[in-house]
Amino acid sequence: MRRLVDTLLVIAVLVAAWQVLHWVAGDALTSPAGTARRAWALMNGDTFWGHVRETGTAFGYSLGLAVIGGLAVGLTLGLNRTASSVAEPILVSVYSLPKVTLYPIILLVFGLGLSAKVAFGTIHGIVPVIIFSMNAVRKLPPIYLRAARSMRLSRLDMIRRVVVPAALPEIVSGLRIGFSLTLLGVLIGEMFASQRGLGFLIMNAIGQFDVDTMVAVILILAVVAVCANAALLALNRRLHQGAT
Amino acid sequence: MKSPHMRVVPADVHAQLAGVTRVYPAADGGPGVHALGPVDLSLRRGEFYAVIGPSGCGKSTLLDVLSGLSPPTTGEVVFEGKPVGRTVPDGIGIVFQEDASFPWLTVRDNIAFGLRQGGVDGAEIDRRTDYALAFMGLRDFARAYPPQLSGGMRQRVCIARTLVMQPRLILLDEPFGALDAQTRLIMGDELLRLWRETKATVMLITHALDEAAMLSDRIGVMSARPGLILAEIETGWSRDRDSTIASDPAFGAITSRLWSLLRAESIKAVGGSARS
Ligand SMILES: Nc1ncnc2c1ncn2[C@@H]1O[C@H](COP(=O)(O)OP(=O)(O)OP(=O)(O)O)[C@@H](O)[C@H]1O
Ligand SMILES: [Mg+2]
Repeated sequence: MRRLVDTLLVIAVLVAAWQVLHWVAGDALTSPAGTARRAWALMNGDTFWGHVRETGTAFGYSLGLAVIGGLAVGLTLGLNRTASSVAEPILVSVYSLPKVTLYPIILLVFGLGLSAKVAFGTIHGIVPVIIFSMNAVRKLPPIYLRAARSMRLSRLDMIRRVVVPAALPEIVSGLRIGFSLTLLGVLIGEMFASQRGLGFLIMNAIGQFDVDTMVAVILILAVVAVCANAALLALNRRLHQGAT
Repeated sequence: MKSPHMRVVPADVHAQLAGVTRVYPAADGGPGVHALGPVDLSLRRGEFYAVIGPSGCGKSTLLDVLSGLSPPTTGEVVFEGKPVGRTVPDGIGIVFQEDASFPWLTVRDNIAFGLRQGGVDGAEIDRRTDYALAFMGLRDFARAYPPQLSGGMRQRVCIARTLVMQPRLILLDEPFGALDAQTRLIMGDELLRLWRETKATVMLITHALDEAAMLSDRIGVMSARPGLILAEIETGWSRDRDSTIASDPAFGAITSRLWSLLRAESIKAVGGSARS
C-alpha cells in the first residue's frame, strides 16, 4: 500500500515536471495531455500495430539470443577460474564501449532489415547477461559444488541442478539489465537500418517535425519498459528473499 | 576383477591410504602448503573410526583425499579394492564440515537430491526420503527451506541426504561442530544407532576428545600440520554402546590418553610454546 502511494507520487511529480517543461519549451515538447491523446490515436490507427509487431519480433529474437548465448558463455566462463579472470576486464570494456561505433560493421555484415536489428539488440543485451551470470557462478560457495561432486553429479547435472538454481537471483539481475539494453539496441537499430518498427516511427516523426507522434511513441515505450522492469524486479526480490 | 599389479588388500580392509601426502600448490608457484602426511591408514569394513587432531592439522584434507574430492600429491588411495581416481566412488557418502544444504530446495527435496539422478524409481525415492525424515526427526519440516532451520537441523538435513544414498563408507567431517553439548551427545547416540542399522563403515572427524572416545572402535590421533597419524587407539567398546559409557572408568582412561597425545600438538597448532 505504502509502495503504491509512493509510486503514484513519483508519477505525479514526473507529469508535473513534464507539464512545466512544456510551458517553458513550447512546441518542442508536447504536453502530457496532448501526448496521451496522440498515443491513443496512434493505438487506434491502422499502421501502428504493424510497427509494434515488427519491433516485437526483432526484440524477441534478440532477447532469446542474448539470454541463451549470454547464459551459455557466462556459466561456462564462470566455472573456469582462469578463463573468467581473463575475460572479465575484456567484457567490462566491451560493456562500456559505445556500441554505436560498431554500427557500420553490423550494417556491412547484415545489411538493412531484421537481421541487423537483431544483431544490434543482441550485442547490447548479451554482455550484461554474460557478466552477471559469470560473476554469479564465481561467487557460488564452493561447498555447493563439493556436495554435488560427492553425490556424483555429471557436469551437466551439476550446472542444471546446482549452479543455475544457486546463481539464479544474480542471473535474474543480469537478465533485467539485459532486457532493457536489448530493447534499446533494437530501437537504435530501427532508427538507422529499417523502414519499419517503433524506432523507425520515432526517426520518421523527427524527420517530419511531428513532435506529437515522437513523444507519444516514446511514452508508450517507456510505459512498457517500466512495467517489464518492475515485473523482473519483483521476481528478483522474491528470489533474493528465498536465498537468505 | 583384480589386475595382477594391484596391491593385495586383506578382505576386511574397506579403504586404505598408503603413503598419502597432500601439498596445496601456492598461487605464485612458491613451495605451497604441506597440509597432510605421509599417512598410512586402513579402515576395516564395518568399523567406527574417529580421527582427532588439532585445528588446521589436515583432517578435512584427509577426507578430501580419501573420497576422491582432491587428488593426493603422492601415495595411493584404495576403496573396496579399486584405486580412487578424480571422482567420488559409488558407495562413499560425505557429510561436510560446512553447511552444505541447498537453500533453494525444501528439506524434502534436499534429502532426495542425490537419488534423483536416474537409477532409483520414484516410489523408492519417496520411501527412503520418508524414512530419513523420520529417522532424523525432520518430518514436521519436510516442506521448510534450510534458511528457516537452525544450524543443527540443517546439519541433520545433510546427514539425511547422505544416508538415503545408502553409502557403505560414511565420512563425517565434524558434523556436530555447530551443536550444543547436550545435542551433541544425543546426535552421537543417533549416529551409533545408524551405524549399527546400516552396517556401514564410518569415519568421523572431530576435535572433541569425548566424542572420539565415546563413539569409536578405533581413534587415529593426528599431529599438528602437516598431519601425521601419531597413534591409533583401540577403545574395545561393544557394538551396542551408547553415550552412557561416559561413566565407565575406561572412558576416562581413553580420554586422558588422547589428551596426553594431543596436548603438545594443540599448543603447536595455536603457535604457542608448551609451558608446564
Ligand atoms: N584449498 C587450500 N589451499 C591452500 N591451503 C589449504 C587449502 N585447504 C586447506 N589448506 C590448508 O591446509 C591445512 C589443513 O587444512 P584442513 O582444512 O585440512 O585442516 P582441518 O584439520 O580440517 O582444520 P579444522 O580443524 O579447522 O577443520 C591448513 O593449514 C589450511 O590452511
Ligand atoms: Mg576441517
